[in-house]
Amino acid sequence: MSAITRRSFLAASGIAVAFALARPARAQLAGGGEGGAGPAIVNADLPGSLKSWPYLDAWIQLDQNGKATVFTGKAELGQGIRTALTQVAAEELDLPPSKVTLVTVDTLRTPDEGLTAGSHSMQDSGTAIRNAAANVRMLLLAKAAATLGVAEADVATKGNGTIVAADGRSLGYGEIAAAVSLHVEALPNAPLRQKGQFRTMGFNLPRLDIPAKTTGGEAFIQDMRLPGMLHARVIRGPSIGTRLKLPPDSEIEAMDGVVKFVRNGDFAAVVSRREWDAVKLMRRLQALPYTAANEPLPSGGVAETLKALPARDIVILDTSTPTADPKHSVSQSFTRNWISHGSIGPSCALAWLQDDQLTIWTHSQGTFDVRRVAAELLNRPIETIRAIHVEGAGCYGQNGADDVAAEAALIAASMPGKPIRLQWMREQEFGWEPLGPGMVTEVDAAIDAGDRIVKWNYDVWSNPHNNRPVGAGGVLVGNEVAQSFPIPEGKPIPMPEGDGSRNSNPLYDLPNTHVIYHFIKDMPIRVSALRSLGAHLNVFSIESMFDELALKAGVDPLDMRLAHMADDRARSVMLTASEAFGWKTRKKTSPLQGFGMAFARYKNLGAYCAVFMEITVERDTGRLTVRRVQADVDCGEVVSPDGVHNQVEGAIIQSLSWCTREASGNDGTLRTAFDWSTYPILRFRDVPEKIAVTVQQQPGKPFLGVAECGQGPASAALANALADATGVRFTHMPITAEKVRAAIVTL
Amino acid sequence: MTTSITVNGKRHQVDSDTDTPLLYVLRNDLELNGAKYGCGLGQCGACTVHIDGKAVFSCLTPLGAIGERSVRTIEGLGSVDAPGVLQKAFQDEQAAQCGYCIAGMIMRAQTLLDKIPNPSDDEIRDHLQPNLCRCGTHARILRAVRRASDVMAGVAR
Repeated sequence: MSAITRRSFLAASGIAVAFALARPARAQLAGGGEGGAGPAIVNADLPGSLKSWPYLDAWIQLDQNGKATVFTGKAELGQGIRTALTQVAAEELDLPPSKVTLVTVDTLRTPDEGLTAGSHSMQDSGTAIRNAAANVRMLLLAKAAATLGVAEADVATKGNGTIVAADGRSLGYGEIAAAVSLHVEALPNAPLRQKGQFRTMGFNLPRLDIPAKTTGGEAFIQDMRLPGMLHARVIRGPSIGTRLKLPPDSEIEAMDGVVKFVRNGDFAAVVSRREWDAVKLMRRLQALPYTAANEPLPSGGVAETLKALPARDIVILDTSTPTADPKHSVSQSFTRNWISHGSIGPSCALAWLQDDQLTIWTHSQGTFDVRRVAAELLNRPIETIRAIHVEGAGCYGQNGADDVAAEAALIAASMPGKPIRLQWMREQEFGWEPLGPGMVTEVDAAIDAGDRIVKWNYDVWSNPHNNRPVGAGGVLVGNEVAQSFPIPEGKPIPMPEGDGSRNSNPLYDLPNTHVIYHFIKDMPIRVSALRSLGAHLNVFSIESMFDELALKAGVDPLDMRLAHMADDRARSVMLTASEAFGWKTRKKTSPLQGFGMAFARYKNLGAYCAVFMEITVERDTGRLTVRRVQADVDCGEVVSPDGVHNQVEGAIIQSLSWCTREASGNDGTLRTAFDWSTYPILRFRDVPEKIAVTVQQQPGKPFLGVAECGQGPASAALANALADATGVRFTHMPITAEKVRAAIVTL
Repeated sequence: MTTSITVNGKRHQVDSDTDTPLLYVLRNDLELNGAKYGCGLGQCGACTVHIDGKAVFSCLTPLGAIGERSVRTIEGLGSVDAPGVLQKAFQDEQAAQCGYCIAGMIMRAQTLLDKIPNPSDDEIRDHLQPNLCRCGTHARILRAVRRASDVMAGVAR
C-alpha cells in the first residue's frame, strides 16, 4: 500500500473519532454482529461498512493496467467470502473477476470492519464493496465522457475493462485510472447494476481457494513457512484452570531440542528448531503433576448448573392483547449442552519481531482485535504491531485462534528476529478453547378454541456468548503472565442481534408474549461465540413448541405456522420448501418413520430458512437415519448461488451433529472430551442420504447473511420428525441413539 | 542421522529422528502442504497419505517404519495446472468449505477408486468413514467421488 493511501486511512480514522464522540448511539449500527462496538460510524447515510470507511480508496484501487485491488476488512473463514466479494466487486466495476485482486483483513492495508462473524460479511462488506465499486464505475464513466468529449449518457462499460462511446471510440480503465482520484467519499446513491445486466453476480464463479486446497498448495496458516522459522508449543495442564507443576527453568533449558524455554508467570512454552522436538518436549512436561482450578468445574446437568447462578433478567418481549381464553396448554423445558467448536485443524499462529515491528499472522475472526490484545499484553505501541489474517481450518466461532495468536506474539517478542510458528495440539484445543455455552429454556404456551396461540411465556438462561477478546484479559496467556490481566466481565449483546437472547423473539404473530432473558455473567466453564449463538436453542425451543401446539390443536404443523405468520418472505420459504419436499402428500410407509419441519429468520434480520426432513429410527438401537432434507432459503440478492447451497448444506449437517452427538462434559476437575473418541461428531455413515436446497430469487433486495441461518431450523426439524416418528418429544440435546432407544423401548 | 524415503516417485534423504511421524517429515523436511495435522491420533484422517497404495495416517507412521515402501501425497496426484481425475472432480463439485480435511479425503477416496473403480454409494460412505469433516461438506465429497468414478468409466456428464 502506498504511503498516500496509508495516510488517507489515518485521516479517515481521525474523522471517525470526532464523529464517534458526537454520535455514540450510532456505534451499535456497526461491528461484526458480535464483539465490541466495532468501528465508529462517520457517515450513517452510506450503505454497509462505508458508514465507517466512506473513502473509495479505502476499498478500491485501480492501476494503470486497468486491474483493481479491492480491500475488505472481513476474513475468509472457509465460507467462500473471498470469491463472493470478488464477484461483487467485479460486477459493479464491470470487470472480469480475473482483473480483481481481493485483499482480506490486514491491519496495515484494509479497513477495520470489526469481526468476521454473525453472517455479516455480505451485509457489511459486500454492501460496502458493491456501492464503492459502483461509485468508482460512475467516476470512470464521467472521466471517460469528459476525455472523449461526449455526454455521460453516451458512454458505457463493457465488462472487459473498457468504456465505449456511442461513436465507437473506447478507453481502457487503465488509461484514465491515474486521472481519477478515488480519495473521495462515496455517494450513497451511485447507480447499481441490475439483475438483467449481471455478468458475474448471481452466477457460479468457482471458488478461488479450492484449486490450492485440492492440490496441496499453500492454502492455510498451518502451511506458512518463514525463513529460519522456529516451532513452539505451549506447556499447559490437561484442561482449563489447571496449572502444571514445572521444574526450574534451568532443568527444562537443559533438555534436548530446547532452543528456548519461555516462562512468564504461569505461561510456559518451548521453542525448538524441529517441530517434532517441540511436541516431544511438550508431551514430556505435560505429563507432570498439575493443580486443579480454584473453582471446581460444574459436573451436573446444564439446567441445574445455570439456574444455580445469579442472573440478571432482561425483558425481551412483553406484549398483551385481549384474546379468547386458553383451551390447551403446553409447558416444556429445553436444553443444549456445552459444545466444542471442533475445528479439524487445531489453532495456529505465526509471529515475527523484526527491528521494532511485530507481525502476527492469525486465523482469528477479529484480526484488529488480535492487534489490540497483543498491544496490551506486550505493552507495545499499537502502531508497531501488524496483524494479518490467513485462513485456518473452519472455526465456527471463537476457538483457540485468539489465544494462540497472543501466545505466538509473546514468544516472538522474547526472541527478536526469530519467526515463531505455534500450533496447539488436539488435546489443547479440546481442553482449553472457549466452548459454545450451554443453555436452558422454559416455555409455557396455550392455544384458544380457534387454535390461535394466546399465551407465550418464554424464559431463557444463558451465559454471555460474546467473550471475544478485545484486550489481554480475554486470552489465556493474559490471565497467566506474571503481570496478569483479569478476565473481563461478560456482557450481553443487546437485541435485535442478541446473544443468549438471539431469536428468542419469535417472528410469529403472537398477541401475548413474555420473553425474559436470564443473563448469567458468571461463567464456571470458559465459553464464547459458537455459530448462531443462542439462536440454536431458541429456534429449537420455539419450533418444537409449535409442533406440540399443532398436535394439541390437531392442525398440520405447517398450517399452524402459516396461521401465525404475516411476513410474506417467511411464508414463501416455508411454502416453497414444503412444495419441493412433498409435505402435503407425505405418507408414512413404515413404523418409526417421521416427518418434521422448522423455520426461522436468523436474528429476525438475516436470511430466512425453512427445513423439512424425513427420518427413520431403528427400534433396537435408537439409531436414526435422515432419509432426506429439503431446505429453502431467502438471503436477499444472491451473489453466488452455489455458495449459498454449500453453506446451507453444511449448516444442516453440522446442526444435526450438534443435535444428536455433541456435549463437552466435566468431571469437577477436568473437561472430559480431549479427542474425537470422547467427542464424536457426525461421520459419513450418519449424514443425511439426500440434502436439497432451493434459493429464493430476490433481485435488488439487500444481501442477508446466510451462513448461520440453518443451525436452528435443522436441529428443530429433526426433533419434530423424531416426535412424529416415535410420539416422544425430545427436549434435551444431544438426542443420542441411547436416549432415543431408552425412550422407545417401552413403546 | 539420515533416512531415505521415496515420496511421489522421488528419493529423499531426510535428516530427522526415525521416531518422527511421517506427517512432520512431509510437511517440514519436504515442504509438502497436503497432509495436515488434525489430531495426531489417527481419528480424523486429515493427514491421510498412501504407502504402497494403502491409505495410512501419516501422523501415526514413524519415519523409521517406512523403509523401501513408496509414499504418495496429494501433490503426487496432480497439480493446480494438471489436476488428477479425483482432484478435478472435487474442484468441479466445489467440494470444500474450509478445505482443511479435503486433501485427506481425496487421498482416502483415491485408494477406493484404485481398487473399486465403480463403487456403490454405500461403499463410498463406508470407505470415507475414518475421515472427519466439520463444515458439513459430506454430500459434496460423496458427489465428487461419484463424479470421478463416472469420469474414469467414461460416463458423459
